Amino acid sequence: MIETPLLQARGITKRFGPRVACRDVGFDLWPGEVLGVVGESGSGKTTLLQCLAGKLPLDGGEVHYDSKAFGTIDLASLSEARRRLLARTEWGFVSQDSREGLRMNVSAGGNIGERLMAVGERHYGNLRSVADDWLQRVEIDSDRLDDRPTSFSGGMRQRLQIARNLVTHPRLVFMDEPTGGLDVSVQARVLDLLRSLVDELHLSAVLVTHDLGVARLLTHRLMVMQGGSVIESGLTDQVLDDPQHPYTQTLVASILPV
Amino acid sequence: MSTALSVSGLVKHFTVHAQGGVRMSVLDGVSLSVARGECLALVGPSGAGKSTLLRSLYGNYRPQSGSILVDHDGRVVDMVAAEPREILDVRRRTIGYVSQFLRVIPRVATRDLVAEPLIRRGVERDVAIGRAGTLLERLGVPARLWKLPPATFSGGEQQRVNIARCLVAEFPVLLLDEPTASLDRANWTRAVELIAERRDAGAAIVGIFHDAEVRDLVATRTHDLQPIGGSA
Repeated sequence: MIETPLLQARGITKRFGPRVACRDVGFDLWPGEVLGVVGESGSGKTTLLQCLAGKLPLDGGEVHYDSKAFGTIDLASLSEARRRLLARTEWGFVSQDSREGLRMNVSAGGNIGERLMAVGERHYGNLRSVADDWLQRVEIDSDRLDDRPTSFSGGMRQRLQIARNLVTHPRLVFMDEPTGGLDVSVQARVLDLLRSLVDELHLSAVLVTHDLGVARLLTHRLMVMQGGSVIESGLTDQVLDDPQHPYTQTLVASILPV
Repeated sequence: MSTALSVSGLVKHFTVHAQGGVRMSVLDGVSLSVARGECLALVGPSGAGKSTLLRSLYGNYRPQSGSILVDHDGRVVDMVAAEPREILDVRRRTIGYVSQFLRVIPRVATRDLVAEPLIRRGVERDVAIGRAGTLLERLGVPARLWKLPPATFSGGEQQRVNIARCLVAEFPVLLLDEPTASLDRANWTRAVELIAERRDAGAAIVGIFHDAEVRDLVATRTHDLQPIGGSA
C-alpha cells in the first residue's frame, strides 16, 4: 500500500450569498480509490466537486493534492497557470453535459489530440494514431476520427469525453454524473468502460452521482450529502447495505427493484 | 492449529428510522474463533442473525461494538475498526465471500467476472482467465456460456459462477452463505467437493448450510445462534 493520500480535503466550505452550499466537508482520497458523492439535487455535491477541482474558490477549508510535478500543494494558493496545467495533465474532468467537456466545433481526433499537445506531443502522425487508438478503446469507429461531436449521439459524446480526458493518463479524474441523461443500455456501456479503465489505469476518482446503482458499480467509498453536509460515509457496500442515517435509509429504500 | 479469524463480544443492531427509530437487536455479544483448515457451520433458526454475522465478518455490516480479528498476511486487522481501504485490502487478499445471489455486472463476461479477483490481486490476465476456466469447468458451467454475461443464466448457473468467483482466488478465509441452495444434485456434489478441498488445503471457513447433508460433509464444528428476544 502506498502511504500518502492523493487528495486531502479538510473543512471545505462554500457559500453562495447567505446559502451554504457545502459545509465542512473533509476526506482523504488514496491512489486507485474511487470516491462516490451521492445525494439529491441541491445537496451540494456538484459544488463540492468544483471546489475540489479548483473551479470554484473556497470560503473555508483546504485541499491538498500530491502532485507528480509539484509535490504536495495547497490548491487554494495555487496560481491559475499551474492549476490549468494540472487540469490538462494530471487531472481529468468528465462533465454530465458533453458540450462543456468537449469542443463541439473540433473533430473527435482533435478533441483527443488537444490534451496530448498540452503535454508536449507535436508530431501529427503520433497525435492521430494515439487519437485513433483511444477512439477504439472507447468503442467508437475509426472512421469517425474526423467527424465533429455535433454529429455524435449522447453516449458517443460521453465516451469521447472519457477518451479526451484519459489520453494523457491523468492520476485523478473528477466526474459529474458521467452517465446522467443517457439511455439505460447506453449507460451500461459507458459504465462498463469507465469501470475497466479505472481498474486498468489505476485511476483515482471523485464521482458525483444521484444514481445509487452507478455508485455501487463504480465506487469503493461513498459520502452521502444532504443540505451541503456529509451525513454519512463509509465503504460503498456498507453505506448501501447497512445505512445508518435516516436520510440514507430513505435514499436506499427508494431504489426501485428491477 | 493457528487462528485465522477470531470474533469477540460482537454486537449488531439495526435502527429503522422509517419506523420511529425502532431498534432491532440481532447479535448480542457473539464470540467465536476459526482456525486454518476448520469449517464452522452457523446453525440456528431463521432470524437468529447468521447472515448478519457473515456480513459483519466481511465488513459489509457495521457492528456497534466487539471485534473481528483477521490474520491478514501475518498482520492482525480488526474488521470492526479498520479503515475502508484496509477492509478492501483484506477482501482483495484474505477474505472471500459467497453471497446467496450473484451481483451481475452489465456486459462483463462470465469468465472475466470469475477471473477478476485474481487480476485485482495482480495475477497475469492470461493466467487468471485460465484458472477461471478450470474452475468453471469443474463446477459444470458449460464453456459456451463463458463469454456471456451471467445476467440471463438460471439461478443454479449464477450460483456456480458466484462460487467460482470466490474460490478462484484461494482466499485463506471463506464466508459462505448457502452456497449450494439452488444447485441440482450433480452440481451440488461438485460444489461440496470444492469447498471440502479448500478446507483441507487450510482455508478457514465460516458458513451457513441449511442442508444438513452439506453440513455433515464440509463442517468440522457448529456454532449455535439464537434469536434475541424482542425489540426495544
